[in-house]
Amino acid sequence: MADRSAPVYESGEADRLPVHDHEVYNTIARESDFVELRRRYLNFAFPATIAFMAWYILYIVCNNWARAFMDTQVYGHINIAMVWGLLQFVSTFTIAYFYARHARKSLDPLASKLRDEFEGETGR
Amino acid sequence: MSTAMLIPLATGNRALTVGLFLAVVAITLYITFWASRRSKTAADYYAGGRSFSGFQNGLAVSGDYMSAASFLGISGAIALYGYDGFLYSIGFLVAWLVALLLIAELLRNSGRYTMADQLAYRMRQTPVRTAAATSTIVVSIFYLLAQMVGAGALVGLLLGVTSPALKNIVIVLVGVLMIIYVTFGGMKGTTWVQIVKAVMLMLGTVVITFLVLVQFGFNFNELLGVAAEKSGKGEAFLQPGQLYGKDLVGKFDFLSLGLALVLGTAGLPHILIRFYTTPTALAARKSVLWAIGLIGSFYLMTLVLGFGAAALVPTGDGSQIKTSAGNAASPLLAQAVGGGEGTLGGSILLAVISAVAFATILAVVAGLTLTSASSVAHDLYANVYKKGQASERSELIVVRIAAFAIGAVAILLAIPAQRLNIAFLVALAFAVAASANLPALLYNLFWKRFNTMGAVFSIYGGLIMAVLLVTFSPVVSGTPTSLFPSADFDWFPLRNPGLISIPFGFLCGFVGTLISKETHSEERYDELSVRSLTGAGAEKAVVH
Repeated sequence: MADRSAPVYESGEADRLPVHDHEVYNTIARESDFVELRRRYLNFAFPATIAFMAWYILYIVCNNWARAFMDTQVYGHINIAMVWGLLQFVSTFTIAYFYARHARKSLDPLASKLRDEFEGETGR
Repeated sequence: MSTAMLIPLATGNRALTVGLFLAVVAITLYITFWASRRSKTAADYYAGGRSFSGFQNGLAVSGDYMSAASFLGISGAIALYGYDGFLYSIGFLVAWLVALLLIAELLRNSGRYTMADQLAYRMRQTPVRTAAATSTIVVSIFYLLAQMVGAGALVGLLLGVTSPALKNIVIVLVGVLMIIYVTFGGMKGTTWVQIVKAVMLMLGTVVITFLVLVQFGFNFNELLGVAAEKSGKGEAFLQPGQLYGKDLVGKFDFLSLGLALVLGTAGLPHILIRFYTTPTALAARKSVLWAIGLIGSFYLMTLVLGFGAAALVPTGDGSQIKTSAGNAASPLLAQAVGGGEGTLGGSILLAVISAVAFATILAVVAGLTLTSASSVAHDLYANVYKKGQASERSELIVVRIAAFAIGAVAILLAIPAQRLNIAFLVALAFAVAASANLPALLYNLFWKRFNTMGAVFSIYGGLIMAVLLVTFSPVVSGTPTSLFPSADFDWFPLRNPGLISIPFGFLCGFVGTLISKETHSEERYDELSVRSLTGAGAEKAVVH
């Protein structure tokens, strides 16, 4: 528990909330819907972040240390380096699209249900 | 920017260019006064009433992000260095996935006006806000200086102003305009200025891209072939290695730059506070999606502009593009595809692109000044100095005084800073954002145990390490292009500190958290988590 003898918290925004709000937040945090929302969010966001960072760093590393491979011509003057650079755009657009779809289908309905519950409980 | 930047572009159409510049100033000032009549509350001033739609904010985010360094710098780098010039834009775009997946919506739900709000939700106010405000101001000032130094040089180039005194006057005028936008228009005015600029920038870029592609029968392969041939470097122009990674140190330097670009964006305070201008997290998400679409399309077009300039405009030694370090590439290309120097079409397109560049500078400096002023007023004055007891009215007076003071400081620093390299200032801003801000934000959102000591350690640790490494790098001393060429204290070999300073920022946050016994922040984690993921209790849009 917090050290009650010293005022560790100095009137931040969260401290101005009614005590009841804190209770509602903590109740929601333990509900299965919230646990599921958090799981669905993290299960998309973290692997996707690791994937695009690895894909980007690999591209940077190959620009540095795999020049012969990058220089290979694919079509006319277009080489692997150029294609891979353009693929970084494609992968960014694709991940953004799939995240938006995932959020709309799997996250938004749960989030809005829990938000309604909070507003019903706190009257805000 | 080199002194060779003083060589002006064609001066025959100066009247037209000046006329368009004045039109940009008139339109933006009109927007500012229109917005000032509609801004009443603190939420209006700091967050534009949270009333911007996802699409509007997406345009504004793009307008805030695509600085003159993007618009003129990247196409110029491609014109001079071919493929390697393209690499900057890839890092700048991929970075938006960090913002989309991990930051934008959660920040919108759990913060209020500034980056510090998000951290202060479960931390001790005074130390966390002081640290976050410090790094906000440092990042914004570096970025602001880069833009203002660029403004002096670019407006000089575009208007044909050659005397240093006139360039100083240009810097002062840009500074005065930005103070007016921010003090009167607040976030509402600044956002609309950025929207107008983004639309101008996209339209101008689409037109020039189209005109370039027409000349090559919409055959990108042929464009690359001509560019490679005209560059005098052949296929090497289209391969890695013209600009980065020439030796082992160079390779690590490039890796370091790549990391800072991709991790810095989601820690840039002026980008973060844009997410507060939307009514919901869903709108914040949509704004990032629009931004990714707009910024991605824009960078794909700069590829055509850059290679187009290499193919159609001289880029060899002594050419205007070479002596302007690439910055003149887009304007000169516009002139060339419009019909060439001295033609009506060429003059009009040159003037239009110059005006777009000018609008770009104004919109970006306004966003940066607003960010710093908000942090001074909301974090340092209202929450640290007044302990959260400041009245809204006094906060709104302080924010305007702060905007004025920051604008004045930026003008005073920008005049002597004209010797500094713009790319260095921008890269430093990204490195500090990635090393100091991003670790604190990510830990706060995803690590329950994280606490005040951790936040303070990661912010100051990342900030100090990034600045120290740059100070002892070849950027500052030891080489002919250094800030102090005659001094020699460059024991750190890399120009970009990110490779060391970003992991160091994360490490500091980790160690700081573990040595602190604070538990209050841990108790509030579930609350922050519910709030950030569901939007329960999040700040709502202002209803007038």
